Amino acid sequence: MSATLPAQPMPRTAVRTFSPARALLWLASVAVLILAPLVFDSSASLTFLTQLGTLIVLALSYNMLFGQAGMLSFGHAVYSGLGAYFSVHAMNLAAAQALPVPLPVVFVPVVGGLAGLLFGAVFGYLNTKRSGTAFAMITMGICELVFAFSHMFPKFFGGEGGVSTNRSYGEPWFGLTFGPQIQVYYLIVVWLLVSTALMYGFTRTPLGRLANAVRDNAERVEFIGYNPHRIRYLTLALSSFFAGISGALMAINFEIVGSESLSVVRSGDGLVFAFIGGAGSFVGPIVGAILGGLLTIKLSDFSMAWQLYLGLVFIGFVMYGPLGMVGIATSAWRIVRSGRLARVLPSWLGAIVGGAMAVAGIVILVELAYAHTFGPQKAVIALQVQALVGGSALAGWILGLVLFSAGVAGLRRASRAMRSALEEQNALHPIPSRSAA
Amino acid sequence: MSDYAIELKDVRKSFGKAEIIRGAQLQVRRGERLAVIGPNGAGKTTLFNLISGRFGLSSGDILLNGSSIVGLRPFEINRRGLSRSFQITNIFHRLSVYENLRCAVLWSLGYRYAFWRPLARLRDVNERADAVLEQIGLQARRDALAGVLPYAEQRALEIGITVAGGADVILLDEPTAGMSRSESDAAVDLIRRMTVGKTLLMVEHDMGVIFGLADRIAVVVYGEVIACDTPQNIRANPAVQEAYLGTHANEGAVA
Repeated sequence: MSATLPAQPMPRTAVRTFSPARALLWLASVAVLILAPLVFDSSASLTFLTQLGTLIVLALSYNMLFGQAGMLSFGHAVYSGLGAYFSVHAMNLAAAQALPVPLPVVFVPVVGGLAGLLFGAVFGYLNTKRSGTAFAMITMGICELVFAFSHMFPKFFGGEGGVSTNRSYGEPWFGLTFGPQIQVYYLIVVWLLVSTALMYGFTRTPLGRLANAVRDNAERVEFIGYNPHRIRYLTLALSSFFAGISGALMAINFEIVGSESLSVVRSGDGLVFAFIGGAGSFVGPIVGAILGGLLTIKLSDFSMAWQLYLGLVFIGFVMYGPLGMVGIATSAWRIVRSGRLARVLPSWLGAIVGGAMAVAGIVILVELAYAHTFGPQKAVIALQVQALVGGSALAGWILGLVLFSAGVAGLRRASRAMRSALEEQNALHPIPSRSAA
Repeated sequence: MSDYAIELKDVRKSFGKAEIIRGAQLQVRRGERLAVIGPNGAGKTTLFNLISGRFGLSSGDILLNGSSIVGLRPFEINRRGLSRSFQITNIFHRLSVYENLRCAVLWSLGYRYAFWRPLARLRDVNERADAVLEQIGLQARRDALAGVLPYAEQRALEIGITVAGGADVILLDEPTAGMSRSESDAAVDLIRRMTVGKTLLMVEHDMGVIFGLADRIAVVVYGEVIACDTPQNIRANPAVQEAYLGTHANEGAVA
């Protein structure tokens, strides 16, 4: 078949994948991962960092579906949750020496990954026959199904209390018991790095590229010799493998798994993290998992309304920043590089000031509302706001309203200015010189 | 093996009660360039959709290189050596031009659904994609997103994707639609170069393009192929003049 194309001298080789700046960024990230426990050395920080590691794997595996293959899933927790359950049982069996082979805790994520892969391969086959809205609805149905199932079989799923385990079973592995949190942190860092490298590698393989093609235009894929169902199926199965690994890491970290880990709510985490970070790029979900982790884990220490804030952040990104944080940063960088920073800087500053005012206004109003309903002791921030305005709740409400309105007005002004600046920029540079990787 | 690259035998297609293709017969010789013409709504694009497997037949048979392809999915037909383009530009808009072409060559080079080897190391894939990139004249746009290319360049890319897999039967659906004269001339030149030694079926409205490219012309009217002959004979064919050009059409109207 290739005979019809005349042989021509190649102008250049296609291997131009290495970028020093990018390699440096990756190396710096690895260094941060390794050194972070030296800076954040409290036990709470360490637990949080460990949890972030598991969330990053989850968000990256979700984005293999969503960002790379265009599959909006509401059922990703099926695979991370089942991965977690199988890991916990594997650990308990290993502790009772009931497994045919020894299973040190460092290799438990393999069990979780294989469980994810297995269920991805089973549920995914039917699921990926459909795409788009139908696919999304089926994922949700499967998630509800598995969740209901978990209550019908308490022996395996542990009923209300879940299934607990002890990660420091058996003989120490090269002197490591994985009892201390710091050892668990590094265990998860290693698995995070391995999973990230493998998932990044996937984006540069034939199947990874075809997944992008299916996302862009599934019908055209059929006319270049490929079955889009098969591409979606394999991608979902591989994504489930990494979801299973993230579930196993969570199980090792918490030493307990409950049925909520299989829920649609938990499935939404992957979507929210991948989206706010930026589903269009590989690193987006990493950034999103860090921000989302802060909002879900850390913010709940300060405010009862953390879920409301997470929801508002998500809606804000869907409406005003669909490219996520990395997408926004990328386009900002493009503007800076094209030498138009001076032109847009005033509107950027306006947007930042306006946005900060609007956020402050919302926070004051929300916290005061919570304080009004649940009593002031439940809303630490509200107390501080009231102290700020001389103890008067009314003054607090007015301050919140004024800040919010002024902030929104400022944002509208800034967005108008930004749009005209962007149009000018687009007219001058109609085609981006490089594709977004 | 059959002398014909494509053979349509009494092909019928109904959508609900409306019969759009009513017993179409057509024989396309291996290596010839055939233009399919006809009034709007005659069923030209439907015919292409039937041949390429996008729609199923209601009855009849379609042979590709002598064997029936009825009931096969589009990707199966593509793997047997038939590739098509679309009337409305149909590319992977969020991938670069180069990635569009790489996707298009993967199956023919036998890489299937590989997820264990990096694309960058697949020498034959990259060389073939580079070769097609050069043939369609888009080297300067190699890393631009396909979705932001100007229209004529998107059409060139569409043709590139269609031929990149090395299929020997090529179906082009209005490849020059919406182009200026000079763009259309460039497109004809491109099509001629890209389809050397291949069988070409082309839906086209532009008579200049048709007379410049086609060995034979098939005229489709109301879901039937009423004539299939050389351009000169088609021009002189009274049935064609009556059905397609109107009874009062003269030579000048066709040329």
